[in-house]
Amino acid sequence: MLYTLCFALFLVGLYCVLTKKNTVKIVIGLGIMDYAVNLFLVLLGYRHGGVAPILDRSTNPVDFAARSVDPLPQALVLTAIVIGLGVTSMAIALCIRLYEKYGTFDVTQIRRLKG
Amino acid sequence: MSSFLPPLLVAVPLGIAFLIPLVARRLERLADALGSLATLSLLAIAVIMFPLRGVYRIGGWNPPVGINWVLDGLGNLMLVVVNLVSFAATLFSIRYMERYTAKPRYYSLFLLMVAGMNGVILAGDLFNLFVFLEIASVASYALVAFGGRHEELEASFKYLVLGSIGSTLVLLGIAFAYAVTGYLNMASVSTAIAGRQSSPILLLAAVFFIVGFGVKAAVVPFHPWLPDAHPSAPAPISAMLSGVLIKALGVYALSRVLFNVIGVDRAIATVLIAVGTLSMVVGVFLAVGQWDFKRLLAYHSISQMGYVVLGIGLGGYILAIGGARSSAALAMLGGLFHLANHSVFKSLLFLCSGSIEQATGTRQLKEMGGLRERMPLTRVTCTIASLSIAGVPPFNGFWSKLLIVIAAFQAGFAWLAAITILVSLVTLISFLKVLRYAFLGTLPKTLREIREAPALMSLSLVLLAVLCVGMGLLLVPAVRGLVLDPAVAALSQGLEYARVVLAGQ
Repeated sequence: MLYTLCFALFLVGLYCVLTKKNTVKIVIGLGIMDYAVNLFLVLLGYRHGGVAPILDRSTNPVDFAARSVDPLPQALVLTAIVIGLGVTSMAIALCIRLYEKYGTFDVTQIRRLKG
Repeated sequence: MSSFLPPLLVAVPLGIAFLIPLVARRLERLADALGSLATLSLLAIAVIMFPLRGVYRIGGWNPPVGINWVLDGLGNLMLVVVNLVSFAATLFSIRYMERYTAKPRYYSLFLLMVAGMNGVILAGDLFNLFVFLEIASVASYALVAFGGRHEELEASFKYLVLGSIGSTLVLLGIAFAYAVTGYLNMASVSTAIAGRQSSPILLLAAVFFIVGFGVKAAVVPFHPWLPDAHPSAPAPISAMLSGVLIKALGVYALSRVLFNVIGVDRAIATVLIAVGTLSMVVGVFLAVGQWDFKRLLAYHSISQMGYVVLGIGLGGYILAIGGARSSAALAMLGGLFHLANHSVFKSLLFLCSGSIEQATGTRQLKEMGGLRERMPLTRVTCTIASLSIAGVPPFNGFWSKLLIVIAAFQAGFAWLAAITILVSLVTLISFLKVLRYAFLGTLPKTLREIREAPALMSLSLVLLAVLCVGMGLLLVPAVRGLVLDPAVAALSQGLEYARVVLAGQ
């Protein structure tokens, strides 16, 4: 069920990127897609009633492994968020420069390239 | 493997990329020197590393817990090609980039892109591959917009949107692969997949990988960003993007994941063949009507990438249906050899277009003419590259196309061979047009005073032109066994990859 919602969120993002005319909205769409995938990754490692994946000396490793959530997807998501931040800031910088040059955020009016 | 060389391939460009803005912010000469020195040393490392095989474990952790880097025939070939083209491009940049401000920042971005590509090639871990893919992509978005003019910003935005969708799909594919197998290490994923029934989730992952890397490789249904992005970048960057970026991030990553991790079955191989053929045909017919020199070259990149994907897909198909291994190897050899050749002649063509643009101030073929007297050296190198891309003997493009045609015949796809030859003819026509309009005819009055490109720019043109002429020698059996056959073996071993990597600890 949650996975389906995740996928729906991904499709919402894709829809937004493909149909919106405003450059900033396109960037928001990219963000939504990105977060849908991040959410999916975290869900993969989730376990109902699991404990945080922090091992200390007092817990037995085998018992711990049986109860904790999977830490690997969390590490991946952290990295993916940082990458997403970089891409988003690059995209927003481009939007600002495009606005300076063309005086609009409307992609249908930003089209000098053809052929 | 205890060699200290593999980390240098990523550490050197990353280190110098951040060193340049610190020490050479105002000193353009120092930035030039550092940039060229970095790429030259990378080329040297890649060549020294060429015979090395094995697994490099980062921090000494064994897979699947640690991240590992894998050196095999295919990766080493790609490393040499990437670093060779980046050296030629930095050499060319020294004089060409003088018209832009902020040259030190240009070198930083350039080296970040190189670091990303080297990382993608070395990566033996799916998520590691994604991280390097994004480093190279983000640097290339910025480089496309480097001139800061209307068209460049527009092209960069388009590239960024499509490129990010591609990357997100790759990440989704990685998530699915992790969901099925519980590993991220390519070799471990591959063994886990081999030990179970094929599941629909895995098929979905394969589809996401094909689409995601397909966007990066600009194969036909996913190509619209390329004809805008590649011409808009400064000429050395166009050479890098068309010459190596679409190969390292697209075709190389795709074939590594499909052949060595997921495993190519008949359906996937058919998709590859279809996509390759479509790119080949659509690209060339869009190219032939172009009058903007760089745009024409960009469309030809799509078409030539079609050859590479077709060759590799054909090899996969023959293996999947249990055909003769020799003809599968021939098809893959053709594809990979064409990949290396295309890097050389396409970057040469883009650099030639850069020197013509520098001299004449235009990219429109109709505004040129008669350049043969004023720019003899550019004419010679451009002619060599054009004949190579069109597949005229004895230049390198001929040999790789010949191999693909023979392999198509052997596999029983005579019609594919016919299409390949037809596309080659159309390519020839379109480059005859380029040569005719740019170099023959009468020199327009406005261009009477132009001069040949400066020495350093010419040097990198000559370097690549010599390679275009000489690379046919790679097919001589002794050399081929050393250079190309290991790369083919790396692909055609298929899922054996996992065993080799896991044993290489």
